[in-house]
Amino acid sequence: MGSEMSRSSSDDAYDVVVVGGGPAGLAAASESARLGLKTILLDENSRLGGILPQCIHPGFGLHCLGEDLTGPEFAHRLIEELRESDAEVRVGAHVTSIEMRSDLVKEVVFASPRGVETVRARTVIYAAGARERHRFEAGIAGDRVAGIYTAGEAQALMDLYGVMPGSRVVIVGSGDVGLIMARRFALEGAEVVAVVEMLPYPGGLARNLMILRDFDIPLYLSHRVAEVRGRGRVQRVRVVRVDERLRETGESFWIECDTLLISAGLIPRVKVLRRAGAIMDPATGGPVVNDRLETTLPGVFAAGNSLLINDLVDYAVEQGRTAARGAEEFVRGGGIRTRRWIRVRKGRNVRLAVPHMLGGDRDVWLYARVSKPVEDALVELPEIGLRRRVPVLKPSETLRLKISAVRGNELTLVVR
Amino acid sequence: MRVAIVGAGIVGASIARELSRYELEVHLVEKEADVGWGVSKANTGLIHAGYDDDPDRFPRRARLCVEGNRIWHQWVEELDIPHVWSGALVIAKEESEVRILEELLARGMRNGVPELRMLERDEALSMEPNLRRVEAALYAPTVGQISSPQAVIALVENAVDNGVRVHLETEVTGVEVSGERVRGLRTSEGFLEADVVINAAGLNADDVSRMAGIDHFEIRPRKGEYLIFDEDAGPKPSRVLFPTPSGRSKGVVVTTEVQGHLMVGPNARDLPKEEKDDRSTTSSGLREVYERASEIWPLPPLSMVIRTFSGLRPEPTGGDFIIRAEEVWGFVNVAGMRSPGLTAAPAVAREVVKILEGMGVSLREKKVWKGRRRGIHGSEVSEGRVVCKCNLVREPEIREAIRRMKRVGVKTPSVDSVKFRTSATSGTCQGSFCRIEIARILAEEFSTPLWDVTLKGRGSEIGVGDVKVLLR
Repeated sequence: MGSEMSRSSSDDAYDVVVVGGGPAGLAAASESARLGLKTILLDENSRLGGILPQCIHPGFGLHCLGEDLTGPEFAHRLIEELRESDAEVRVGAHVTSIEMRSDLVKEVVFASPRGVETVRARTVIYAAGARERHRFEAGIAGDRVAGIYTAGEAQALMDLYGVMPGSRVVIVGSGDVGLIMARRFALEGAEVVAVVEMLPYPGGLARNLMILRDFDIPLYLSHRVAEVRGRGRVQRVRVVRVDERLRETGESFWIECDTLLISAGLIPRVKVLRRAGAIMDPATGGPVVNDRLETTLPGVFAAGNSLLINDLVDYAVEQGRTAARGAEEFVRGGGIRTRRWIRVRKGRNVRLAVPHMLGGDRDVWLYARVSKPVEDALVELPEIGLRRRVPVLKPSETLRLKISAVRGNELTLVVR
Repeated sequence: MRVAIVGAGIVGASIARELSRYELEVHLVEKEADVGWGVSKANTGLIHAGYDDDPDRFPRRARLCVEGNRIWHQWVEELDIPHVWSGALVIAKEESEVRILEELLARGMRNGVPELRMLERDEALSMEPNLRRVEAALYAPTVGQISSPQAVIALVENAVDNGVRVHLETEVTGVEVSGERVRGLRTSEGFLEADVVINAAGLNADDVSRMAGIDHFEIRPRKGEYLIFDEDAGPKPSRVLFPTPSGRSKGVVVTTEVQGHLMVGPNARDLPKEEKDDRSTTSSGLREVYERASEIWPLPPLSMVIRTFSGLRPEPTGGDFIIRAEEVWGFVNVAGMRSPGLTAAPAVAREVVKILEGMGVSLREKKVWKGRRRGIHGSEVSEGRVVCKCNLVREPEIREAIRRMKRVGVKTPSVDSVKFRTSATSGTCQGSFCRIEIARILAEEFSTPLWDVTLKGRGSEIGVGDVKVLLR
């Protein structure tokens, strides 16, 4: 063991260890390898693609490929691109910790079918995706019974395992995943009896909201499912009206159903990053990053839904590539050399903005979301005189802005 | 001699294991699809010290709790049951509560609780620096925690190794009595002849007793609700923290449970007698638990809660445990095992052995009896595909759990059976990543379609058929 441990510092190290083989991780690994970096991708599942293989609906790649693909097709493209590169791949590799040996050397520890293994890395691109907020996190009291699924779980059950979860469905949350599953259930002959949204406006993309009209599904805005009751399986749920501050009003009613689908938002899976010491942004649930998407841990980058929840897969891919270029800069330069950072401040009606710090010397993409919906919005970055009109901005949609080289101490994003 | 035990909870399992030492034919009869799915499934898992129970009012509780605590220290080792001997503090938030602690101390001394002592404010704070308000504390070093469902599983596995037969999904519908003697049990699966019937039916013990014509007590369900926080949410106490008791219950406890999560609960709500299967949580109850626990400990925000649950405790008429040979020869009631029932269970089992002796049952020890059992954790499963990512449970562990399920007679594949044996699905994501994969492995091992695998027994199937079933 002694000789193993003391073997010289970084000859055997990878330039880049990518954690996660979903869209962001696949793009990051291909790009790193293309840039000539010695790259390995670790994925916990037995096959690559992350959540894409179970997303059999279209709408993938509209921006980054200019094509309308299904999830499995889009995954196939990314996987082919990776196969053509020199990146190594390990599946069944579940990363449990990142140990910072020094600023320039990390050890990535993972559980694999062989036991527990370690790889050394100069940089890590963390793209472990997100998980779904589940029933307990959504604050739904009552019985613990069969028939309660997260939307993604039901999707996997139907489209990877070929099982019909239930026949009379209530969906919690009007985000894209919930709406897509509403259509999926309806197409397989189930009755979707309600979509229940806590906020006073629906969450999903316009194209997905059409589903409600197409399939004649009632949408309850300003309501939440407070309680689920049943013996072995869900029998009914109690729906409560909430006020504008999301507090329960006295008004409530029961809906009979056998299935409750929870689509109450995604949470970045960042336990490993947090335990390694990365500083987190409570607004995104992901790490604080600079414009190379480097976290506060030197040489550890983040991309995709581990960085922030993306509404479009294209952005996850873009972030993977950005992180790979950051990793290249880190490896070639022995670290990110920027010493002065321009802070990105969240002004009026801005709920989150990523990256959090800019070097100011290059063009970067800024991803942001508003707190409240606005029509005919004016998006401003006063320090650089950027002003842009946007017809509609919704909290569920990413506002993506290109920012060219800037100077100063801070940059404020304002939406009115 | 044939003995039938009704109820495979902690009490029935402990009795089965103790009786397996002797040359008896022992049958353990349980209506659920697996062992330990009643009261034993959902509780705080505490092994109490024995200072709570007034020996004048509740002599059995007082005596058996202290004795049970001592035996558990031995059993967790013999049976490889997940446990932690953390000790406990009873917190007096203000001067007026200190007097009650002194009473507890005096009572504990009378009950023979070892190592009890009072702590001044500073010493309590040096042990638990995050305490919100503390004037004084009673320190009970012998308090511990076990995984209660795992304890039932361990005891039943060991009992089965020693020849006990388990009948799951077998509901008792009658007790056959003739000539003032027990003759056997009528069940949903047929008649089971028995010379002795031990009624350890938990919440339903009064109903089973009535089947033998014995109706001197009633069991009322008392609900307790709990919140469990994510593993990284803290601060977490190093010891079990009790508030000063109110009289009716031990109050809302703050603890770091066996798996390492911060857990708070229970409250205490008396339910009508008919609602013995109401295990629902309520928003108001959960809020109450959170607020009461917050009085002694700084809790993480509610958004860090990953799980809520509720359990029922069987409150007997009179309040004390009912452990006795009834007038009908061969019928033994072991009922009303409310708190500290889990702690007392091993001592209760030994008490039952004495009762059988007193009845003249011949108890010859077996020449060969295996006193040890090994758990799944800590054995040879550090390799294989990781299935439960939150708790790092690997596929071979899941297959081993299924092998053990079958060995104790589980007929219906349930994700909960795997959960209680491996901890899979009980982490941060609560199974949203791995539940289906576990169900798939269960389907394979039980040769059943995936949609017929259940969450927790018949009626909780995970699907209604194949994906096209509703279109046909």
